[in-house]
Amino acid sequence: MITDQLIPIFSSTVAAATPLAYAAYGELVTERAGVLNLGVEGMMLVGAIAGFAVTSHTGSLALGFSAAIIAGIALSLIFAVLTLTLQTNQVATGLALTLFGVGLSAFIGKAYVGMSLDGLHRLNIPVLTDIPFVGSLLFHFDILVYGSILLLFALQWFFNRSHWGLVVRAVGESPASAHAIGYPVIRIRYLSILFGGAMSGLAGAYLSLAITPMWVEGMTAGRGWIALALVVFATWKPMRILLGAYLFGGVTILQFYGQGMGVHVPSEILSMLPYIVTIVVLVLISRNPKTILLNQPMSLGQSFYPHT
Amino acid sequence: MPSLERRAQPSTMMMFASPVIAAVCMLITGYLLFTLLGKEPLHAFWVFFIKPLTSAYGIGEWLLKATPLILCGLGLAIGFRASVFNIGAEGQLTMGAIAAGGVALHFQGLETAPWLIPLMMLAGILGGMAWAVIPAFLRTRFNTNEILVSLMLVYVAQLFLGFLVQGPWRDPDGLNFPQTVMFTSAETLPLLMEGLRTNLLFVIAIGLVALSWFFSHKMFAGFRMQVSGLAPAAARYAGFSEKRNVWLALLVSGGVAGLAGMGEVAGPIGQLQPIISPGYGFAAIIVAYVGRLHPLGVLLASLLMSLLYLGGETAQIDLGLPSAVTGLFQGLLLFYLLAADIFITFRFKAANHPVVPVQPVTTALPEEQS
Repeated sequence: MITDQLIPIFSSTVAAATPLAYAAYGELVTERAGVLNLGVEGMMLVGAIAGFAVTSHTGSLALGFSAAIIAGIALSLIFAVLTLTLQTNQVATGLALTLFGVGLSAFIGKAYVGMSLDGLHRLNIPVLTDIPFVGSLLFHFDILVYGSILLLFALQWFFNRSHWGLVVRAVGESPASAHAIGYPVIRIRYLSILFGGAMSGLAGAYLSLAITPMWVEGMTAGRGWIALALVVFATWKPMRILLGAYLFGGVTILQFYGQGMGVHVPSEILSMLPYIVTIVVLVLISRNPKTILLNQPMSLGQSFYPHT
Repeated sequence: MPSLERRAQPSTMMMFASPVIAAVCMLITGYLLFTLLGKEPLHAFWVFFIKPLTSAYGIGEWLLKATPLILCGLGLAIGFRASVFNIGAEGQLTMGAIAAGGVALHFQGLETAPWLIPLMMLAGILGGMAWAVIPAFLRTRFNTNEILVSLMLVYVAQLFLGFLVQGPWRDPDGLNFPQTVMFTSAETLPLLMEGLRTNLLFVIAIGLVALSWFFSHKMFAGFRMQVSGLAPAAARYAGFSEKRNVWLALLVSGGVAGLAGMGEVAGPIGQLQPIISPGYGFAAIIVAYVGRLHPLGVLLASLLMSLLYLGGETAQIDLGLPSAVTGLFQGLLLFYLLAADIFITFRFKAANHPVVPVQPVTTALPEEQS
């Protein structure tokens, strides 16, 4: 039956999309405040190993995910201190953060290679999950999948309806003006970067604790960079991040179902798809300079140092 | 709290001092890390940084590992100076290796063919360039971010290499290992000295350091690129074409990265394998910055970074440390360098002094156009 295939394809699409969505939400907030953090891949990797290590020692998934969030925050704090307090170049510092994160996670992870553990379970919501078809299609995910949807609405509300959301946007558009009105630009940028770090850490742990509950060196395989591309794709709007994440999630799982559906293409070629699709989508979005220029925060990537 | 005060002029002294400060900070962190891991730190330092260089063979390995870093670092530095951020050197290196390996496999079985190595070099350069053409074209034609595109292409290149060595190019007698046949002596770079693995490409890399210095400091095209990086508005006013810079930067860095890839498969590896580089293309980003985007600096930074690779291997054998400690030190080095660089344009000032208004720093600092 077609429905027998549809449900696993849909649920693995959502699973593949969820870490992308979290990481991209985090980067979205960071970029809306005018800061370009290219260290997402590194923060995800450190989050992945921190989550895995803590869960394998304590047996608690909650502690694992918390550790991943803390690890992501710690790494992004390095980035924040360097770029905000010490005024370093954001592009170079972000690249450094990724290189550092790749090294650090491999270093810590050496002891955990080959281990596996009991990962995050899907929820069985009483009544709802038992509805035929729809129940297993929509109400049979783990809690973080629902969290990613809730977070979308929270971000929508934050940027469009709340006072501080407006302030974050103002800081990203014109830090000098925001500073002149009296908003603490540096503090807001710190918090935005730390939020980005927390979300990247969580996204990384979703890989090592939910999708494939184990640690593999470099297991993010470029998902951090795809998350960065998603923010451009979404033209800095939360709603389109989730859409984009599902699109990329779908492309990512194509490689697993491609062969089963009788497509005779070598697996390496199918694995290229997410990266190629990312490039194609970036081209389509960037082609029209207006979409980018109108939506991109004006001060993105530029340092700002207030003189009191 | 002390605050920052802008220097009237960037400090030249600090420009040269900050890589040294960064290296010292990295050593201090290493000292703490080794202590934390229960290793005698001074012994660990000796194993990491001195022992690899105590034999002629070790020095040969040091220069061998420095070669791809010099090549990739030189190319990236040219682009970074013009604010063209090619960070996909690893992919261009891989494509260079594939192209050079393809030539070697095509002419397989020739015993003496002095033209084969030059042809493989050319193929490597063209392979790397071909991979760099994609971000260059997309950036100049569609305004697509070259950072993300060049990086995505790293994964595509590595998967392509994996496909070739698993499938069409796999050695039929290779016991099912994903690798090609070993290249013959006519397909391998000549060694500089008996007993060492350092090959001809190291000499070429040194030559390219000189050439790159000449380009950056003596030629108008180099000047044009420098201006575009430092002051894009001035460059536009002067009529310097941004597109030309993007093309030049990406083609040059792609070409030398491809040559580096050729050097790996026609040198120490001697065949195509699924993995041909321990991240030289990414380490070259650090090399370019630690080397101050200057050709001679790139040479020195490459020697430092290749020592880290070598020391990581020695430490793995002698101390039982995971080799990933290399990547950790490399990342730390770049962090410390970026942090130390603040003293080039700023100095610390005690907070209780009356604050003299200084020029606002809302615009990016000279080195920070992005």
